[in-house]
This record gives sequence, C-alpha cells and structure tokens, in this order.
Amino acid sequence: MTTITLAEPPRVLHALRLADTTLVLGHRLSEWTGQAPMLEEELALANMGLDLIGQARALYTHAAALDGQGRTEDDLAYFRDAPQYRNLLLAEQPNGDFAQTMLRQFLYAAFALPFWNAMAASADAVLAAIAAKAEKEMAYHQRHSAAWVVRLGDGTAESHARLRAALDALWPFTGEMFEVDEAERGLIAQGIAIDPAALRPAWEASIARVFAEATLPLPAAGRWMQSGGHHGRHGEHLGHLLAVMQSLPRAYPDARW
Amino acid sequence: MYTQALNQRDAAPAATPEDAAALARFQARIDADERIEPNDWMPAAYRRTLVRQISQHAHSEIIGMQPEGNWITRAPSLRRKAALLAKVQDEGGHGLYLYAAAETLGVSREELSAQLLSGAAKYSSIFNYPTLSWADIGAIGWLVDGAAIMNQIPLCRCSYGPYARAMIRVCKEESFHQRQGYELMLALSRGTAEQKAMAQDALNRWWWPCLMMFGPPDSESQHSDQSMRWGIKRFSNDALRQKFVDATVPQGHFLGLSFPDPALRYDAEAGHWRFGAIDWAEFRRVLAGDGPCNRQRLETRRRAEAEGAWVREAALAHAAKRRARAATPPLAAE
Repeated sequence: MTTITLAEPPRVLHALRLADTTLVLGHRLSEWTGQAPMLEEELALANMGLDLIGQARALYTHAAALDGQGRTEDDLAYFRDAPQYRNLLLAEQPNGDFAQTMLRQFLYAAFALPFWNAMAASADAVLAAIAAKAEKEMAYHQRHSAAWVVRLGDGTAESHARLRAALDALWPFTGEMFEVDEAERGLIAQGIAIDPAALRPAWEASIARVFAEATLPLPAAGRWMQSGGHHGRHGEHLGHLLAVMQSLPRAYPDARW
Repeated sequence: MYTQALNQRDAAPAATPEDAAALARFQARIDADERIEPNDWMPAAYRRTLVRQISQHAHSEIIGMQPEGNWITRAPSLRRKAALLAKVQDEGGHGLYLYAAAETLGVSREELSAQLLSGAAKYSSIFNYPTLSWADIGAIGWLVDGAAIMNQIPLCRCSYGPYARAMIRVCKEESFHQRQGYELMLALSRGTAEQKAMAQDALNRWWWPCLMMFGPPDSESQHSDQSMRWGIKRFSNDALRQKFVDATVPQGHFLGLSFPDPALRYDAEAGHWRFGAIDWAEFRRVLAGDGPCNRQRLETRRRAEAEGAWVREAALAHAAKRRARAATPPLAAE
C-alpha cells in the first residue's frame, strides 16, 4: 500500500470531510494525554477524543463503502497525504493551552450539535444513524466546553487574557463551517446532506449566550475568514499531525496490526 | 498494581500507646474477615500503611499513563488508537478512584499529589522503563497488567472496605487490558518478520522488570508479616511472582516467543516454571531513582501540574464569584 488518492464523487467527498474533521480533532484531544490540568479533565478530554475517533471510524467505513474499492477505514486514515485530507481547518489547529483547546472544542461543538441533529434526518440511512449517536455525544462536548469557556472567561485576569488570545487565534477558522460548495449543493437537494448555512443562527446564539456569561466580547462581524480545508488546502500544522499519526503503517505498509 | 509500598519500612514516629483492648477488638474483626470502614477505629500504623499503599497505587496509575500515552498518537490503526486511548483513560480513572479511597483515611488528594511531585512518594518501578516500539503497548498490557492482576485480585478481599471495593472494579478493567495486550502481541507474533521481532524485543526488555514488580524476595521483605496479619496482604511476593511466571510462560510460548532467561525450565514434579536469578541491584537502583525514565516521568508530571495551575486557579476564582453572586441578589430583584 502506498499513498492513495480517492476519486471523490460528492457522497464520498462529503463523508470524507466529516470523517477527517472528527479524526483530526479527536487526535488533537488525544495529544493531551498525561498533560491535563487536573485528573478529571484528563478523563474528560479522553472521553471527547474517543467520541470523535469513534465517529471518524464509522464515517470512514461509510466513505470506504461508498467508494466501493474494497478499502478500509485505516486505508483512508493512514494512507492519504495532507492535500487529500478534507477536514475543517479549525480541527487541525494546535492544542495551544487549555483555553485554546476548550474554546476550539466549544466553537466546534456549538456547530456540530445542531449539525448532527439535522443530519439525523438524512436520506442516507447510515449517515442518519451516525448522526443520531454523534448528536448525543456533541451535546456533552458542548456542555463541558461551554462550562470551561465560562470558567476561564469569568475566572482570573490570566485565564480571561488567555481565552481572549485563543479567541483571536481561532475565530478566523469558524467561517469555514458554514460554507457550501457545488458538490454539497446537490446532496442537500437530495436530502443526504444538510445546508450548514442554515445552522448559523443557532450557532451564533450559542456563542452569544456563552460568551456573555464568560464576559468575553463577541468578535466584530465581517472579519476575514480562513478557508480551504474542505478542498485540501491546509495550514502548516496538519502535515506534522499526519506524519506522527501515519508513521507506523507507512513504515510497514504490509503489516496488519 | 504496584504494591511495592508494602516493602518499605513504616518510617512514621512511634504511635502513642493504643488501647490494648481496642487493638485486640480490631484484630478480632480482621480475623473474622470483617471489613474495616472509614469511621471505624483503626491503629495509626494500619492507617499509615494503607495511605502509603493506596496512594502509591494511585501514583503508579497516574505515572503509568505516560509510557502508554507515548504511543496514542502513533497507534497504527484506528481501532488500536481508540483502545489505547480508552485504556490510558481507565488508568486515570483508577488513579482518581484510588485517591478517593485514600481520602477516606484522612489525607487529601493535593497532599498525596505533592508527595509524588516532590519525589517523597514512590510509584511502581516498572513505569521508569521506556516504551520504544508499538509492541511495548502489547507487552505492557499482557505482562505489566498481568502482573498487576496477580497482585490485585487478593486485594479485592483486603480488610479495608473502600480499597477492597475499588480493587474489584480496577481488577475487572485490568483483566480486560491484559487480554487486549495479549491480543495485540498475538497480532504482532502472527504478522511480518519485523512485527515478530518487535514483539520479541518488547518481551526481552519487559520480562525482568515485570518480575521485579512483585517486590523483593520474601527473605528480604520485612513488612509482609504485619500486613498479612492486618489482612492487607494475602500472599507473599515470591508466591505471587511464581504464580505469574507459571501463568505467563505458556502464553509466551503460544505466541512463539522466547523468554530472556536461559535458566527458565519446567519443574514437572513441582508443577512450576523455575526461573533464573533476578537482578535485585537493578530493582533497588530504579526504585531509588536511577532508572531510564525516572527523571523524565516526574518532570512530565511536574510540568503538567505547573502548566495547569492557572486553570485550577481560574476554576476556583469563578466558583467563588458564583457563590458571591448567589449570596448577593442583584438590586433589580429587590
């Protein structure tokens, strides 16, 4: 097995985008192991990481089935290079400090919760089943990360400053979640995908509510947004993440683990 | 795992003389196989021994997250990645559970954690060895958790109720980890030549340190007698070590692996696998601080603790603000 590049008809591409986002974010959370600020958070970060890796496995399996070439979840996760990864840029952002990790989780979960809620009605029965499970998990992620955003924002001067720095770093990566391209428009029309733009009001309401409680100012509207993850144009960080994650299967391509 | 604490001398000052009648009643309850609960009277030395043992066990779980955590980001399949992350999470859960059991004896988690960070408290010597290949994850599950189970199953009947109950749950999870580790080793030993070499190398490196996990030989373990009388320890170090070797050697042979011990042979008459001499100088050296990873393990823990300080302070500050706001209703509500 060498590097693979999939043909990406819309349904495969759509499933890959979801799978890559959940895997990359789950991997990021797993990087915290042994480093959390308290034991309870050690367990919580692992929990959330496990949820996301679990979602990724189901989504890769589905993408592989749609692809129909007899590939496995691991082929898709371990043998595609960064330009073939279709994850949201937000997911690949480095963990930074605990404020940055929790804010990243909150910004994503506040989107993913209404997203999977809507996807539970997908015309694709497999995606609908994955969504029903993911929705429950993301409700916990949102609750947990929102509680930390509030604690850190309305905690000490240091925690507030750190959270504001995290917001400054992460906010430009939030616009991408609501983008729709031609490939997805067709799937939305068929009832397989949902229109993420329609989720923006719910997401903004969650952000506004939690930021108010956290005494965190909302970023000005109309700020420039980063984009490109869904099309394989990533930042510098993803390559390093994949270099670590894929190292063993790439070094021993004939091995089964 | 990790009851090497029982082999340390109780260094606390001599307790104030305790009521001989109370001591006799206490011993009678132990002898009748009753459980001692947090609010029951207990000798000060019993309390100290338990705090030392339970906290050392908890510290071992926490430090033990590091060698296995070392491979989470490099797990070679998504299934293995999820399993390893879940396993390391279990170790953290065991730590939490055990600190809570220790707290029932009147010490705080913060105090115990400070003892770990200062180097005053010990943890199992096994975690001062590095995980150098993916096979080490299998070897730790199979051997280290296997050795831990041998130690811990008897602790489910420990005389101290909260510890005994914690161990029941811990043992269930460890037993799952052990099977998972063995299954990982099986996949490697049935795999490519490189994978099989990885598995053999891991067994070579982990075997002797695992035998040391049971603590010094009975001839040198001076504190076992009191712990046995108190129902904290049920079997001697050497008895548990032999039980582990007897269970593990056939498992290794089934994998097609060899053990790094030329003296290993089956004693058909006794029904035991006889093994060579353990290098106790290495054991004492690693326990005293000079193992391959002692400094690294503590340094990592200290760094995580220091880097998390601002988070814990923020959580406390926020909780204080909430309490203050709850105590002072806003003017508009009046």
